[in-house]
Amino acid sequence: MSLAARYLEANGIPTVVFGCARDIVEHCGVPRFVFSDFPLGNPTGRPFDPAMQREVVEMGLDLLASATRPGTTVVNPHVWSADQGWKEKIFSKEQPFLSAEATEKWLQRKEAYRDLKASGKV
Amino acid sequence: MTHVRYIDKTRDYYRAEGYDTPYRWAHFDDIPFTPLAKPLAACRVGLVTTSEMAVVGAPGTWDEGDAARDVYALPTATPLATLYSRKEAYDRHATTLADVDSYLPLTHLAALEAAGRIGGVAPRFQVVYSQYSQRKTLGVDAPEILRQMREDRVDVAALTAV
Repeated sequence: MSLAARYLEANGIPTVVFGCARDIVEHCGVPRFVFSDFPLGNPTGRPFDPAMQREVVEMGLDLLASATRPGTTVVNPHVWSADQGWKEKIFSKEQPFLSAEATEKWLQRKEAYRDLKASGKV
Repeated sequence: MTHVRYIDKTRDYYRAEGYDTPYRWAHFDDIPFTPLAKPLAACRVGLVTTSEMAVVGAPGTWDEGDAARDVYALPTATPLATLYSRKEAYDRHATTLADVDSYLPLTHLAALEAAGRIGGVAPRFQVVYSQYSQRKTLGVDAPEILRQMREDRVDVAALTAV
């Protein structure tokens, strides 16, 4: 996602990225970033909270207009929950990130992609 | 509490799972920048997402058997109630993808257009997969998104990372 934003920006289209993985996006480096300190999945606001979603989207629009330098991050001020346990549990042994079925699909896709690459199709 | 260090967390997690070569996350020293050329009220907004959207009951342009996982587009006017995310890589323990606007804010962009805050929304949005291969994203997917956005006369792009 960050790579796509960089590519569009380099080709003349101003971009804003909405995301929840601050370290990954900032490690890559994008022109404008609206960070929500939320679980992976809801970069434009809490589910079923249209007022917050609208606010987050508007933060991104404001940033498109106001940023004067690349690598500008603004932070959604809302807190996901008082209990921050989700931050500890993500990618932990007790709580596998993908289901067993999704892991199996992921491995199959990786294998299929390797084959495509080996045959020069990608 | 500070934000989650996903780079460290995933490295440790997958090492414990037996994958020895850690994923090398993209990193650049320089960042491109294009200033906004006209007021937002005159800008057509394009939307890109990694949320792997699909339409209920409709055969998609996506294909589960498509190992290359190429970029595809869906009409922005697709009724929200018929859209859903096929994405499996999200924090399924802590949240839900049941509300499309929490990651693909079509309702809000339409309202912002009606309010005159933005000039308009592109007729289609692009889905790009979170690819394992950065070469594929940069060499194939990103140029395809740019091509479609130019065709749609997009002025600015919002990208939502799920």
